[in-house]
Amino acid sequence: MDKDTVLSFRDLSIGFVSRAGQLLPVLRNIDLQIQRGETVGLVGESGSGKSTLALAAMGYLKAGLQVTGGSVHFGTHDMFGLSRSALEFVRGGKVALVPQNAGQSLTPTLRVGSQILEAVALHSDLPPVEYERRVMALLRQVRMPDPQAMASRYPHELSGGQQQRVAIAMALAGEPDVLLLDEPTTGLDVTTQAHILALLRDINRETQTAMVYVSHDLGAIARVCDRVVVLYAGEMVLAGSARQVLLSPAHPYARGLLNSIPRLSQSSLPEALPGRQPLPGDVGDGCSFVERCALAQPSCRSGRPALQFLPDGAVTRCLFHDRSGEMALTRPARTTALRVGAGATDALSLNQVAISYAQATVMQQLLGRRPDVPHTVADITFSVGAGQTMGLVGESGSGKSSILKALAGLNPPIAGRMSMGADQSLAPHVDQRPPDHLRRVQLIFQNPDDSLNPRHTVAQILAQPLRLYFGLTGEALYQRSIQLLERVRMGAHYLDRLPSQMSGGEKQRVAIARAFAAEPDIVLCDEVTSALDVSVQAAVLDLLNDLKRDKGTTYLFVSHDLAVVRVLADSVAVLYQGRLCEIGPAAEVYAAPFHPYTEVLLGAVLEPVPDKSPILLAEDIVELAPPAEGCAFQRRCPKKVGAICETTAPPWQLSASGHGICCHIARDQLIPATRDAGQHD
Amino acid sequence: MTSSMAPGNAQTSTWILRLGKVVRAMASRPSGAIGLVIVLIHLFIAVSSPWLVPFDYKAISSLLILSPPDAVHWWGTDHLGRDVFTRTLLGGREAILVTLIATPLAVAWGGFIGIYLGLVGGKLDDVLMRLVDAFLALPWILKMLLMIATFGTGLGVLIPTLAFFYGIPVIRIARAAAHNVVARDFVLAARARGHGRLSTIGRELLPNVLDALLVEGAMRWSWMLLAFSSLSFFFGIWCIPANARLGSYGGRFANLFGDCPMVGSVPYCSFELTDHRHQPDCRCPRQDPGCRQGTKGANLIWTRIPFCPFETSVLAL
Repeated sequence: MDKDTVLSFRDLSIGFVSRAGQLLPVLRNIDLQIQRGETVGLVGESGSGKSTLALAAMGYLKAGLQVTGGSVHFGTHDMFGLSRSALEFVRGGKVALVPQNAGQSLTPTLRVGSQILEAVALHSDLPPVEYERRVMALLRQVRMPDPQAMASRYPHELSGGQQQRVAIAMALAGEPDVLLLDEPTTGLDVTTQAHILALLRDINRETQTAMVYVSHDLGAIARVCDRVVVLYAGEMVLAGSARQVLLSPAHPYARGLLNSIPRLSQSSLPEALPGRQPLPGDVGDGCSFVERCALAQPSCRSGRPALQFLPDGAVTRCLFHDRSGEMALTRPARTTALRVGAGATDALSLNQVAISYAQATVMQQLLGRRPDVPHTVADITFSVGAGQTMGLVGESGSGKSSILKALAGLNPPIAGRMSMGADQSLAPHVDQRPPDHLRRVQLIFQNPDDSLNPRHTVAQILAQPLRLYFGLTGEALYQRSIQLLERVRMGAHYLDRLPSQMSGGEKQRVAIARAFAAEPDIVLCDEVTSALDVSVQAAVLDLLNDLKRDKGTTYLFVSHDLAVVRVLADSVAVLYQGRLCEIGPAAEVYAAPFHPYTEVLLGAVLEPVPDKSPILLAEDIVELAPPAEGCAFQRRCPKKVGAICETTAPPWQLSASGHGICCHIARDQLIPATRDAGQHD
Repeated sequence: MTSSMAPGNAQTSTWILRLGKVVRAMASRPSGAIGLVIVLIHLFIAVSSPWLVPFDYKAISSLLILSPPDAVHWWGTDHLGRDVFTRTLLGGREAILVTLIATPLAVAWGGFIGIYLGLVGGKLDDVLMRLVDAFLALPWILKMLLMIATFGTGLGVLIPTLAFFYGIPVIRIARAAAHNVVARDFVLAARARGHGRLSTIGRELLPNVLDALLVEGAMRWSWMLLAFSSLSFFFGIWCIPANARLGSYGGRFANLFGDCPMVGSVPYCSFELTDHRHQPDCRCPRQDPGCRQGTKGANLIWTRIPFCPFETSVLAL
């Protein structure tokens, strides 16, 4: 073994015994060496075994799993052969884990300083008097502003990004040789994510800690990792340097995955990867990817392809890797064909809408006053033409979902007008809306696990709107349900399935079918693809686009992901703290001049291109309430002019085509001088 | 006519199929199989006891007072020379009958109110839940006594009284279980579609709360049996003269334990077995490995058995 190898997986196989008594593989023959100071990305769809592999590095297996072959070595330790006490020394100290959701992994009742101190006491050799100082050093190392004050806070008093920083500080307490990162930025806002990734890179450089970065997000992987390992159905299908894997992938699966990612530079639909990953035990004799592969040959089905060592150092498990270049990485532009012509009438219009969650105090109620905090959402004015898609973009807390809930009648606005079509008001609460209005506005939720009743079969799920709005029963109901399933490209045999018997993408399709069962005019999409794998996301976007084209439905599409919005939206509104910053046709919002916040957001987007780093313009602080006066973005704005930003609401500067920027700086000054500056770090 | 019959038949047959599936799922696990057998034995005895019993439960014989078990009187006789075996079987039958009707009533009304409050929340929820707390703070026997004093005795009072008072704790459970579901998006989706409250409760909430309600029902059933027997035992007030009830039996003879252990202990053992019919808690969804509700009922058995004879003697003193 190489002296510099800190972690090595040697022909590791992990499996579980099924109810039927069969041994089913979860990981098969993983051979992977990780050098000191190296960052390795583990990529794959959910269920590919990437988390299992990362946890195996700590000698940890989820309940029911067992090692069926091979070993994991940390230095000279065999992680699955260590005694309990030796394992406890290594685990957490020398091989440390940063979990996915830091908010849930920190104890809510302990101050973060004492939680880090606990980790220091457990995993370092320092004398107890040094603990305090070490905690402060760790907080400084993860770039926490004002470590003294931060250490005395409780986890809920920190933002998501700060919680993740604390989790990283705890993992660094024992000066680990290997840091395992399990989707550490999933669920964070784009700007926060970019900051965390920059921090991880810095830590890697400073401490020479090897990192194993598990993610489904190739953009994050490209930002952090030197080497990338692609997992599929528990197998290593491709491994190589980040450049090899992300720029010229020698495996059709990696190509498909890259093709399914929406990119900022392209407004065409990404290509969906057909089919789904086989479940453990469903892999046949041949290549595990053969059912979804565009290059599949008969020889792929006989015998599992051996690892092929390519001249450039990459490793692939594909017999026809030299032909994978035939699958183009760039997509044909289909933009014009996809768009429906600008609607003559407005399907939806909002005028000066304000939403507030503030409760009046008893005193205020007595005096008949309103609570004096700024409204959560204010001055929202826009309209969407029939058959058009409006994208609402912004980070968490920007009020996107509040606007959707207001339109759906779940949380009516306190001021302003919302109307559908010519003059049908959407201001009333659901309980007061006429049935026809209810039918015409439908919602699709982020997470299909949560939006489908787990006790209902697909037939029951689809029957609800069909019965409610059209009174369908018996044979008519059955036929209509099948039609709806066909429209979302699913067969009639799904009718008897429960949500737990379907994949994430299938569940979201059923949720979409349920919304379209009402034959709505307006569909409100709340982050509909963010809980899905990229390959599935592309298919769902494609489906939404087809439905829009066929039915002329108007979408209000909310997402934090600017690249996803770009694919579907005709026009885009950028929101910050419940206020509009920029609005206009998609092509113009995604091109200069930018509102400073739009520029920050676009700069932070991670694209699966190595060597291209995001531009971090604003601090990733989190604001809990919008400022009382002036510009909403004043506290974080990198281009803040001065006192005028704090006192006067910025004016709308409109272009001839209706592209508006709400800023004190003149339009022609809002063009970034050099977009490429800082792209190489 | 034929066409309208067809779906009905189809529904009946799927219902039977599903029942068959449930029974098979139950029997496939040792705990389920044991519970199922115990339940079936009890139900069989409850149904067939009038034809099974060897003697008339009222028949008195001065020659047989407190006689030990023999080949004729298997479990001996009581202080009036009546056959203990006969009276145990018939007493158990009545206890099962009363609680079998009262438990579903209790779970139904308590469950509905609980889910409704969980869904609507607000002031109504605040006020009604404090009322529920107040009811729960009162000793149960006091509440029962009040009802008896007001409305008299007999099955027509007994069943609604038990159903009412045992439905109140169900409200709490149902409301808590509903709270977990109400926060989920599919309930929001139903509201946004414009479904009414009743339809939301029936379609979205109930299927997800049913597990908790059924387990709660099983527990309430056993507690209700205990209460029923305790009332008979303590006061004997609901005893139709000369009729046999398990509790009253044990109560009368607690003081005879020393001389004649058979008289009191045999009905008590049988009461204990009757009490634990909440075994086959098969609603536990198989696909949900975290669900361990089934063990609740089983644990209750083992904790309750050693205590009951103890309770008896305390009450007797």
